[in-house]
Amino acid sequence: MTENSDSCKYVIRQISVFSENKPGRLSAIAKGLEEADVNIYAFSIAESKGFGVVRLIVDKSTAALKKLADIGFMVSYTDVIGIKMEDRPGGLYETASILGDAGINIEYAYAYSGRNGAVLIIRVDDVTSAVKKLLAAGKELIKAEECL
Amino acid sequence: MPVDELRKLQYKLMKTLVYRLYSFSPFYHDRMKDAGVHPDDIRSLADVKKLPFMYKKDLRDNYPNKMFTASTDELVRYHVSSGTTGKPTVVGYTQKDLDVWTESLARSLTSCGIGRGDVMQVSYGYGLFTGGLGLHYGAEKVGATVVPASVGSTEKQITLIQDLNVTAIACTPSYLNHISDVAEKMGVSIKNDTSLRVAVLGAEPWTAGMRDRIQERLGIRAHNIFGTSEISGPMFTDCAEQKGIHIWGDIAYTEVIDSETGENLPDGESGELVVTVLQKEAMPMIRYRVGDITSLDTSVCPCGCTHPRISRLTGRVDDMLIIRGINVFPSQVEHCLMQIPEISGQNYMIIVTRDGSLDSMRVQVELRKEFFSDKIDDLLEIRKKVAYELKNALNVSVDVELTAPDSLPRFEGKAKRVIDRRVL
Repeated sequence: MTENSDSCKYVIRQISVFSENKPGRLSAIAKGLEEADVNIYAFSIAESKGFGVVRLIVDKSTAALKKLADIGFMVSYTDVIGIKMEDRPGGLYETASILGDAGINIEYAYAYSGRNGAVLIIRVDDVTSAVKKLLAAGKELIKAEECL
Repeated sequence: MPVDELRKLQYKLMKTLVYRLYSFSPFYHDRMKDAGVHPDDIRSLADVKKLPFMYKKDLRDNYPNKMFTASTDELVRYHVSSGTTGKPTVVGYTQKDLDVWTESLARSLTSCGIGRGDVMQVSYGYGLFTGGLGLHYGAEKVGATVVPASVGSTEKQITLIQDLNVTAIACTPSYLNHISDVAEKMGVSIKNDTSLRVAVLGAEPWTAGMRDRIQERLGIRAHNIFGTSEISGPMFTDCAEQKGIHIWGDIAYTEVIDSETGENLPDGESGELVVTVLQKEAMPMIRYRVGDITSLDTSVCPCGCTHPRISRLTGRVDDMLIIRGINVFPSQVEHCLMQIPEISGQNYMIIVTRDGSLDSMRVQVELRKEFFSDKIDDLLEIRKKVAYELKNALNVSVDVELTAPDSLPRFEGKAKRVIDRRVL
């Protein structure tokens, strides 16, 4: 198995949804996902002038994307990485400095509390290098199949 | 001047103009031929109605100077205003054209009681727009001292009004309201702390109710001014009586028509304003469909003046919007949006509101799916680009709202893409 396909295992598909900043949009997204029997692991909202982007990590990304598109949302997949965090002071610093030292910029990040501890979701431009650096530094990453 | 003599003079000027255009303007020659009219058919002012109309579209189709009847070396100035789509409207002036324009305004300002001893702040935009320079020369002509303030830097404008003992101001009514609001915040009462006594307001629709409010609030007389770049610029105002705008008969021949049928309407009936500029050299306009809705009053004004008057403009026959004094056509917005690949050009909404006393225009556009990004910065960049392109095309700052594809209203039949929430 090549190194690249190895790092592919750790690339998670995030669902990104464009949403106008008005009442009822988030509930429409959540309702759609419930109807498609999709479970949400993590999500974050980035908002700006009049609009926002809702980012979701779900158990069935294909079904989620289809359902949201069907009910009229502009959606896309984004490759992100999930890093298992150690629940102690300095955990975030270590992770961030691995990427910082490697010159990899974190576009955005958000965290959620998984069944087996905290997970940090990060979005970087060069996913493959980021995965390699993190694995080499001994970090434990969420495998894509864990999100299936 | 007695009415009969004025009409004789108008006929003489009209006859000369029609012959001149028939001989020297290929555009109007063809248009008269198509209408089956020869200059010899115009035997009285009553025959003017036989002459074909001219439209704003003609100016666009003949961009930039194909309608000019003066050679380039005779031109002393250009002004440029917004066209209905991408191309603007260019107006050229000979020295005589500028003189007539200034003369017209000088008479108007005199009828408002403005003259030597007055200090007039011209707070219309200077530049391609006709408001600033037009009022500037008109005010100088009557012997007033001009403060060429142009638009913006409102606090400085208020300081100048105080320090230079400004007695008269020319601007849009909404800008004067804005000046008053800002002055109040600075602790300055225009009414009690300044010498301002008269304002010449226009370039956007306003009501008699707003005039009364302004007069009461600022303790001034607020006069209404009319004009558009196609006929030169702001040229005519109401007089001290404030009973309609005098259109100097030797400068322009005024008609009000039914927009649908093109038939002339009698005094007092509301319709579309049609103007013939009688003495223009560089770009004469015969029966120009101005697009403003008004009514005509040919009776003698209580001030004794026999020149015909038009009533306060009540709206437009087309969909032209006036945003902070600048003309904006929804078709211009559409034309501009069509050039931007990141958004769908055909679905958009224009929402106009008045925040405090200034107009604000918001354009909602649909983002194209291919350009959706999970990164907010990418989306903000698109939003910024659309705002920049619109500002470039319209000369008006626009607030842009990105929306999802297919989220804006679709129209069967005539699209209603403009929501104007301003209360005048």
